[in-house]
Amino acid sequence: MSEAVSALKGASFDGIVTVEEMGLQGMITLRGDLASPEMKKAVKDATGLNVPEQGHIAGEGGNWVAWMSPDELLLIVAYESVSDTEASLRDALSKVHHLAVNVSDTRAMFRLSGNGALVREAIAKLCPVDMRTEAFAPGQFRRSRMAQVPAAIWMPDESSVQVVCFRSVAEYAFNLLKGAAAPGSEVSLFS
Amino acid sequence: MLILTCPCCGVTAEETEFHGGGEAHIKRFGPGSSDEDFHGYLFEKVNPKGVHFERWRHANGCGKWFHAARCTVTLEVFGTYSAQTTEPPQDIKDKISAKRPGWSWREFA
Ligand SMILES: [Zn+2]
Repeated sequence: MSEAVSALKGASFDGIVTVEEMGLQGMITLRGDLASPEMKKAVKDATGLNVPEQGHIAGEGGNWVAWMSPDELLLIVAYESVSDTEASLRDALSKVHHLAVNVSDTRAMFRLSGNGALVREAIAKLCPVDMRTEAFAPGQFRRSRMAQVPAAIWMPDESSVQVVCFRSVAEYAFNLLKGAAAPGSEVSLFS
Repeated sequence: MLILTCPCCGVTAEETEFHGGGEAHIKRFGPGSSDEDFHGYLFEKVNPKGVHFERWRHANGCGKWFHAARCTVTLEVFGTYSAQTTEPPQDIKDKISAKRPGWSWREFA
């Protein structure tokens, strides 16, 4: 087998906040009836996490379950364990209508970290999302666009944001984030 | 700028997160229909000044289709509702009546 690499091989940039491409991530698109007991149990058994509420994300570290739409979740797991997780989901859901697909190699993930207000500001420069603390907080998950491309964002904690986008636009997304984090570009909107 | 709330995921966002899908509640005339009906289905849109019903898709979001009732003059949105219906729900019609008494749109009023 060839050696898998992420889109930007962990590239990083230090500006008013730090931007890093997070390397290979295991990602599974899971669709079905999110309210069904089969789905809840399958997700719990596969990840240890509960199905999150609308617009939210559950998890920590490298293990997440995100609410994508009324019938879709995004599971983020270790890249090495994605095949096992996918198999366990398919097995657990074999009797109900569902779809579980490994999308790890179609995605890129970035982390912005540093000063919480500046991390929020960097995202607010690129996405039409209300990034005030009272409007967007850790635990929430938001799909939107980042300039010209679709992206999903959440805050693992008050001083970082993670971004998921398509791998095909990883370089574009990284350049956008570098621009939003460029030294001297503070607007101080949230501080 | 138009601000819409997606009834499928609850997100309120400006229009660049969505994609317009044209007029709502159009009855399809397909194979076997008369040329006149098919022409009407394809081309005869109402394009009103005032109350209007449209289809929208939350393209850069949850990806779902929904309906919106809005005013084309002021960009005021009276409400958004499920795509799985052939006519505006009563609560949406009531909201429009409260703000635009006497309104009508195609066969609805
Ligand atoms: Zn939506």
